[in-house]
Amino acid sequence: MKQSFGTLTVKTTMLVIAALLMFAPFLFQDIRALEVAARICIFIVLVASYDLLIGYTGIVSFAHTMFFGFGAYGAAIALKQMGPGWDAVALGTIAGVLVSLVVATAIGLVSLRVKAIFFAMITLAAASVVLVLASQLSQITGGEDGITYRAPDLFKTATKLMVDDDGKVVRWFGVKLNGKLAAYYFVFLTSLVLFLVMLRITVSPLGTVLKAIRENEARAEAIGYRVVAYRTFVFCLSAAVASVAGSVYAIWLKYTGPDTALSFAIMIDILLMVVIGGMATMWGAVIGATLMVMAQYYLRDLMGVASEAVAGIPLLPELLAPDRWLLWLGIIFILLVYFFPKGIAGTLMTKGVRK
Amino acid sequence: MDNLSDTLGRFGGVNLLPVALAGLSFVLIGAPSSWVTLTVAGLSMGMMLFLMASGLSLVFGLMDVLNFGHSAFISFGAFIAATVLAALGGWLDSDSVLLASAALGLALLAAIAFGLAAGLFFETVIIRPVYRDHLRQILITMGALIVSEQIILAVWGGSPITVPRPPFLEGAWIIGDVSIEIYRVFAFALGAGVFVGLMLLLNRTRIGLLIRAGVENREMVEALGFKINRLFIGAFMLGSALAALGGAMWAGYETLITPALGGEMMIVVFIVVIIGGLGSIQGTLLGAIIVGLTANYVGYLAPKLALASNMILMMAILMWRPSGLRPAIK
Repeated sequence: MKQSFGTLTVKTTMLVIAALLMFAPFLFQDIRALEVAARICIFIVLVASYDLLIGYTGIVSFAHTMFFGFGAYGAAIALKQMGPGWDAVALGTIAGVLVSLVVATAIGLVSLRVKAIFFAMITLAAASVVLVLASQLSQITGGEDGITYRAPDLFKTATKLMVDDDGKVVRWFGVKLNGKLAAYYFVFLTSLVLFLVMLRITVSPLGTVLKAIRENEARAEAIGYRVVAYRTFVFCLSAAVASVAGSVYAIWLKYTGPDTALSFAIMIDILLMVVIGGMATMWGAVIGATLMVMAQYYLRDLMGVASEAVAGIPLLPELLAPDRWLLWLGIIFILLVYFFPKGIAGTLMTKGVRK
Repeated sequence: MDNLSDTLGRFGGVNLLPVALAGLSFVLIGAPSSWVTLTVAGLSMGMMLFLMASGLSLVFGLMDVLNFGHSAFISFGAFIAATVLAALGGWLDSDSVLLASAALGLALLAAIAFGLAAGLFFETVIIRPVYRDHLRQILITMGALIVSEQIILAVWGGSPITVPRPPFLEGAWIIGDVSIEIYRVFAFALGAGVFVGLMLLLNRTRIGLLIRAGVENREMVEALGFKINRLFIGAFMLGSALAALGGAMWAGYETLITPALGGEMMIVVFIVVIIGGLGSIQGTLLGAIIVGLTANYVGYLAPKLALASNMILMMAILMWRPSGLRPAIK
């Protein structure tokens, strides 16, 4: 199969992003860059799992952060209560996945029969209830303040992975082989495995059935696929993946609170990432997540500078203030949905295809 | 069993639900005076919810468009009314009832005018290009919601704003040991007035006839030579104006508003239209009153449960009637 120029561009970009993420600790040697890289890894998984729903199956859910939060809070509560250890990590992650599966099945069976719009509204309501519960049940979840805890000893910055003869940490290319590095590669590898699993699913017969449901529900049903069962299954699958991603992020951050794991802002981020990157391709998730996380961290700095530059003019500084970056992203988002509904990856990949 | 459901149907069927709810809570609460206070509070809250939700339901029924940005009109209405009231503070403080009610009227009118203008803009610019494409509708209106929330933050800032009320709506009537807040009665009366107006518009006028026909079968109305697009714009503007009015009333009810108002109300409004059945005005009123009553009763009986009560209510009703209590005929 000869691949079009656009597809090649997208795939080359993928390789570049993968390589950058893989060697991130060695390439960008400051704390903030490592934070950005880890966040990109997590969000790639989160967005890809959301893309399974919205892009491949055509289900719009606003409860994806809820599942992310279940995983994050599961790991956080287990680590807090049982102390840092691998048993706590395993228990918390599994508990998070189980809760996600139960809730996803319940929501799915009740509401996946009805129209897409109903489903969107119901998931939105469910997610907001969980958010309120998390801030109300402050004995367990720490309320608005969230929970701080310690990760397993391997991931402590003080942990030495390799020691030289003097008992000092070995450096490779100037990077200390300490627990921080181990934690980053834990995040990176888990994300990679989850992403590859999802990539495999999309090209499997199951993925084809999902696309068939998206394109024509009645026809898929008529061919003999049980649409509700498939939808519920993919909803549960993406919920479970989001939950695991949440647990991993909780271990990396060593803090879990409504702002990092449950807030509606994260849901909006995911939505923006999926649409900007391109729905119905896993590559789109990678591009979208990378661009958006970079924008979150670096666009604000840029906007701060711009805001100061126009300080004399009324209203403009307010609109350009670093906190208003969502305003501009929102406008870009609307324009993208109008003019490039396939997103960056989708638009690129259809370019140069001979019809 | 059939006899029973027949009898129930003759007395109003699902319309009896709020009455049953009120009766049940009367037994549970036990104290008649607090029950009356709660019921009045629930009814007036329900009426304000009705104002906010009716537009969403109407637009969905007629245009098959679900506007996730609907709550933007609510919060803009609230903030504009608050700004106008604050600007006319002198009129409010004066002893004259006339001046104070003029200030209130102007504030509500400003909210309505904004709702009409914003509705026109929203319909033609944002929603027109994505008719009949639910996925992109959800995405686009969500994007519009993000942008408008950011605009509110940019213009009014993130801190809470106090909303002054006209003095003649402050305070409460005390009858025996029952106290009834005057503002709640006012909100209830306004909501009831709007409901009657809407019913008259829908059932007694030519435009209403066309709207009802459009809800039933859009293509047929178009085929008969009516400009359905103008109808859409009109209905959308009406819905947005009602939402802005509801937001303005809510601002006076809460007396302290934050930019998070829109997001909070959106969830409740969604629950209201889902319970009532999308597309029908009577259903929306029913849903709004049930939600308002439940919120107040549960808030009194079991404050811890109050936040989840709406959700549980919605789940229960969806199990029983998957398309809501009184859906529009489709």
